[in-house]
Amino acid sequence: MYAVLDVRNLRKVYDKIVAVDDLTFAVPGGAVLGLLGGNGAGKTTTISMLLGLLVPTSGQIRILGEDMLRHRFRVLPRMNLSSPYVDLPHRLTARQNLTVYGRLYGVPDLARRIDALAGQLDLVDHLDRPFGHLSSGQKTRVTLAKALVNTPSVLLLDEPTASLDPDTADWVRTLLKDYQRQTGATILLASHNMQEVERLCDDVILMQTGRVFDRGSPAELIARFGRESMEEVFLDMARGRGRSIEALRKVEAVR
Amino acid sequence: MTTAAAASGSPLTRVAALVLRHWYILRGSWLRILELAYWPAVQMVMWGFLSEFLARQTSYVAQAFGVLLSGMLLWDVLVRGQLGLSISFLEEMWSRNLGHLFASPLRPIEFAAGIVTMSLIRTVVGMVPVTILTIAFFGFSIYSLGWPLLVFFFALQMFGWGVGLAISGMVLRKGLGAETFAWAAVFILLPVSGVYYPIAVLPAWLQPVAWALPPAYVFEGMRAVLANHAVRPELLAGALALSVVYLVLGFGCFMWLFNGARRKGLLSTQGE
Repeated sequence: MYAVLDVRNLRKVYDKIVAVDDLTFAVPGGAVLGLLGGNGAGKTTTISMLLGLLVPTSGQIRILGEDMLRHRFRVLPRMNLSSPYVDLPHRLTARQNLTVYGRLYGVPDLARRIDALAGQLDLVDHLDRPFGHLSSGQKTRVTLAKALVNTPSVLLLDEPTASLDPDTADWVRTLLKDYQRQTGATILLASHNMQEVERLCDDVILMQTGRVFDRGSPAELIARFGRESMEEVFLDMARGRGRSIEALRKVEAVR
Repeated sequence: MTTAAAASGSPLTRVAALVLRHWYILRGSWLRILELAYWPAVQMVMWGFLSEFLARQTSYVAQAFGVLLSGMLLWDVLVRGQLGLSISFLEEMWSRNLGHLFASPLRPIEFAAGIVTMSLIRTVVGMVPVTILTIAFFGFSIYSLGWPLLVFFFALQMFGWGVGLAISGMVLRKGLGAETFAWAAVFILLPVSGVYYPIAVLPAWLQPVAWALPPAYVFEGMRAVLANHAVRPELLAGALALSVVYLVLGFGCFMWLFNGARRKGLLSTQGE
């Protein structure tokens, strides 16, 4: 099947620190891939490289068939990002921020698109308030609206429900699932939230210190680790109780 | 609902979007608009009174009353050009917005064009009222320089943009610790720019440095118009040509530092 996201042997080294090491994965169109790992696992670094914000030390990235290292501007209009690590201008209202980004992405009929997103994300009463005056949950929803303003084919979400209360987080997950179903968008989701990963992701890459620790669907990973939830799988990886995919391959090779 | 099928939006639309982002900020605060004219106005009053005093003492100023005021106003065109661009860039740094901007279809050259346009807007909004006040207070109009004023204006603006782009790249690469340069860098050129005195006054070894910079051509050209009523085309051409060279160099410097920031992962981490 045609891979919308095709990443091969991706590596990023800062001075002597290896942030991402030999990362390879492919995501078919319409799938949701989760990047799961603790702090410093390389999730945000990977997303930054996919968007061209960060130049890899080596490796290849193809998105929607284009080489991102050489032709990223052919693909960026069809991508978007939501991240708690990148802010929007605080003095601009939510509507002004969405207008600016809608125009940057060349969104047609922008006013209607903003109104529709405000309705979906429960932002109607907050559109004309400065972004800096919003609560952290409202800010997260505005950032999500910005990420959806161009109806992206490839959506990169870095901890999309950070700062949201459980009810709103659940509601946002439903929205993202609906968006993916309605548009056939391909989503890459980096998260610490295991419920989110279990609910949204078709496939999960477990990352540890920049490397792939294991990969599979949430059900496969839970079965392989002999656990009952992704949270337990994550804790096994984090506490060194699970075996990495490399270690498993070595065992299989010996057999 | 379907996803975006193809790249849409033109370079001009994206530049206009960035200008709109900064225009929202500017129009939202009368203090920011006032600030644009505040310092030029204070300087204009001070140099205006000094000119009136000197006009009674020296025949040079008496014959060309506006020479100091014009020098001050044109110097501020350069300062506003550089500062206007740097402030627009710093706004993006302060708001930690660069990651979103450069993950969008906005290309670095479009980003530069956007902040250059904002610099032009800031300069015009700040300087035009001050030139009108100069007429009202001291009876001197800088517009008496005639069409060469347009050449002086754009030469100084372009040079300011070149310096501003280089400094913006440095702030991006080195972080907000280098912010002070954005406010003060251009003033190091003041002694060799010939704003208030001819380049010939400088020591012989320093004069080649002055002539390697566009302001020397602008201010010598300005004095030629005001004191001798002569337009010197070679000075206008030199000012424009050198300004274009410095603008290209400034953009090259910005791109070099921008690419370094992309390698270091600074686009999504820089901020307060």
